[in-house]
Amino acid sequence: MPSLWERLFGRPAERESSAQAAKRRLQFVLVHDRINLPPDIMAAMKQEILDVISKYVQVSEDAIDIALHPSEGGSLNRLVAEVPFTKSIVAPPPPLDEDSDLEAPAQAPEEVDPPEAR
Amino acid sequence: MAGKVVTVTSGKGGVGKTTSTANLGMGLARLGKKVVMIDADIGLRNLDIVMGLENRIVYDLVDVVEGRAKVKQAMIRHKQFPDLYLIPAAQTRDKSAVSPSDMVQLCNELRREFDFILIDSPAGIERGFRNAMAPADDILIVTNPEVSAVRDADRVIGLIEAENKGPARLILNRVKIELVRKGEMMSADDVTDILGIKLIGIVPDDEGVVSASNSGEPVVLSDKSRSGQAYRDIVRRLTGEDVPFAPLEQSGGLLAKIGRLFGGR
Ligand SMILES: Nc1ncnc2c1ncn2[C@@H]1O[C@H](COP(=O)(O)OP(=O)(O)O)[C@@H](O)[C@H]1O
Ligand SMILES: [Mg+2]
Repeated sequence: MPSLWERLFGRPAERESSAQAAKRRLQFVLVHDRINLPPDIMAAMKQEILDVISKYVQVSEDAIDIALHPSEGGSLNRLVAEVPFTKSIVAPPPPLDEDSDLEAPAQAPEEVDPPEAR
Repeated sequence: MAGKVVTVTSGKGGVGKTTSTANLGMGLARLGKKVVMIDADIGLRNLDIVMGLENRIVYDLVDVVEGRAKVKQAMIRHKQFPDLYLIPAAQTRDKSAVSPSDMVQLCNELRREFDFILIDSPAGIERGFRNAMAPADDILIVTNPEVSAVRDADRVIGLIEAENKGPARLILNRVKIELVRKGEMMSADDVTDILGIKLIGIVPDDEGVVSASNSGEPVVLSDKSRSGQAYRDIVRRLTGEDVPFAPLEQSGGLLAKIGRLFGGR
């Protein structure tokens, strides 16, 4: 959410005070501390998200950044995934069900069943 | 009479648990309450010296739990306040010498005779912490407006909630109001925002606290001391009185508020 300063003057305030920095950093780290997802689960989740996305676009794996963000202005905590990609569809479209294999021409990704959850 | 067990804890060490326990115990006794304090920091006995009672220890908490002494024999009575007692920690044993159920049993016995049983918890989240938490009716979390202390406090609050204890209340200790005004230290509002618990007191950083510990006479007794006043307010809140906070002290005042507005947080 833009601050009052940003809304008034259209650019970020000069410098965040050290108290504000402390609060912001604490709110971030506490989202992780509280949810307490073991690192291997976090890694597995990251891999699965990556697997889904790389069916459609070529992603650069080492640049992927998945982080938990604290709530802002009453919203829930968020999981934010940043996945930089190079080209759209390099990989062929995912194979459909085996019996429908023959009729399935190459499709645009929009026409493939979208992955369920977002 | 059914006394209340109040546990003072923090996660991080050195934030002011022992100082707070000593001041609250004495402050309650000053109001005529019957109070017993238990030093649960076995192996790192401290509450006795902060209270000025270090020379009179014969038996300790572990002696009571292991049956070598009766509870009455281990209780040291304060000279100035005859209704204030301390059960000291053992100095040469470790936390495993006492179990959570020992503490529950002991406190149930003490509840019959005292209005308040104050427990000074050791740092950490292991056995000593669980001993101090087990009998608690009321929990006070002490922290400082500083990132590592607040993070540890949050961890402890999570553990307390997981045990269906609480809600704990917060003592924010060692606040430097000039720094808060300049935006260089988190305000009480910032910290309660982050931790999501209610405030019971804000204690300023005060050299008087150190000299009070040096002499064994907690600041709550000195009428002119600002930190003493803060502890007297907490004591009244503990007894159920509604003592308002000065708005300036809570938010850090106008400058800090404006800073927050412009910073968007
Ligand atoms: N409000 C305060 N102002 C100045 N010094 C303080 C204050 N509260 C505590 N201290 C000092 O901080 C140190 C640690 O306090 P203590 O109560 O022993 O912490 P804990 O029991 O949490 O380890 C002590 O030297 C004490 O005198
Ligand atoms: Mg201590």
